Amino acid sequence: MKVTTHTSTDTLTLVLDGELDASSAVVLDAELNKPEILNYRKVLVDCQRLSYISSAGLGVFISHLQRLQDSDVKLVFFNMQEKVFNVFEILGLDSLMHIVPTEQEAQAA
Amino acid sequence: MTSHLRIACSRQNLQQVRDFVRGFLMAGHRSEVIVNQVVLAVDEVVANFIIHANGEDASQFLDLMLALTEHRLDIEIEDQGHTIFIPSSVAPNPDMREYIRQGRKGGMGMALVSRIMDQVEFFERNAHTVCHLSKKLG
Repeated sequence: MKVTTHTSTDTLTLVLDGELDASSAVVLDAELNKPEILNYRKVLVDCQRLSYISSAGLGVFISHLQRLQDSDVKLVFFNMQEKVFNVFEILGLDSLMHIVPTEQEAQAA
Repeated sequence: MTSHLRIACSRQNLQQVRDFVRGFLMAGHRSEVIVNQVVLAVDEVVANFIIHANGEDASQFLDLMLALTEHRLDIEIEDQGHTIFIPSSVAPNPDMREYIRQGRKGGMGMALVSRIMDQVEFFERNAHTVCHLSKKLG
């Protein structure tokens, strides 16, 4: 699992590459745990190369979502593969998290 | 068709488990979503055995057996350690809004497994814990 970050004035984009499981979730957790993340208005998560997510990966996003919302930071996922989106759907997280098809829509969110 | 894998109890081996299950199922031209669901169910049970039952002790090991007939997949995961590990709730129904409010990281794995598989059963055999999963496949 590789996490690359891009920043603009008010947006942090996390590009996920690989499989997010109980072994690799710590890498993403460290990124989302950085205090400066609360300085952004939006955190966009590019899932195009995210080929797998387990409950440990979902747990990383769930554990940070309230903290981000409390600081008015939007968390938006985009470019999600169908098989990964399906994992969010199984737990009903697709209706509780902001997931859009394209980067353009994520930027506009 | 059957296939067997033995792994040491390290979370580094989860990738090997997923590749094993994917390789077994992809030969049947199944949808990527269904294959991923089964891979996820096995990954969740194996991660539970590695982390919670064996404390990530790499000197312990697990045996995975996959058996596929025309329309049914059976999976057996046997923990070769001697701690009997039966998850407290095999079919939980977590309130995800509450999980988000609390910032919880865990407690969803077995919910995923029970929603994906048709049958989820933990039992004791020869002083080892065994998890049996099954699912009808089209």
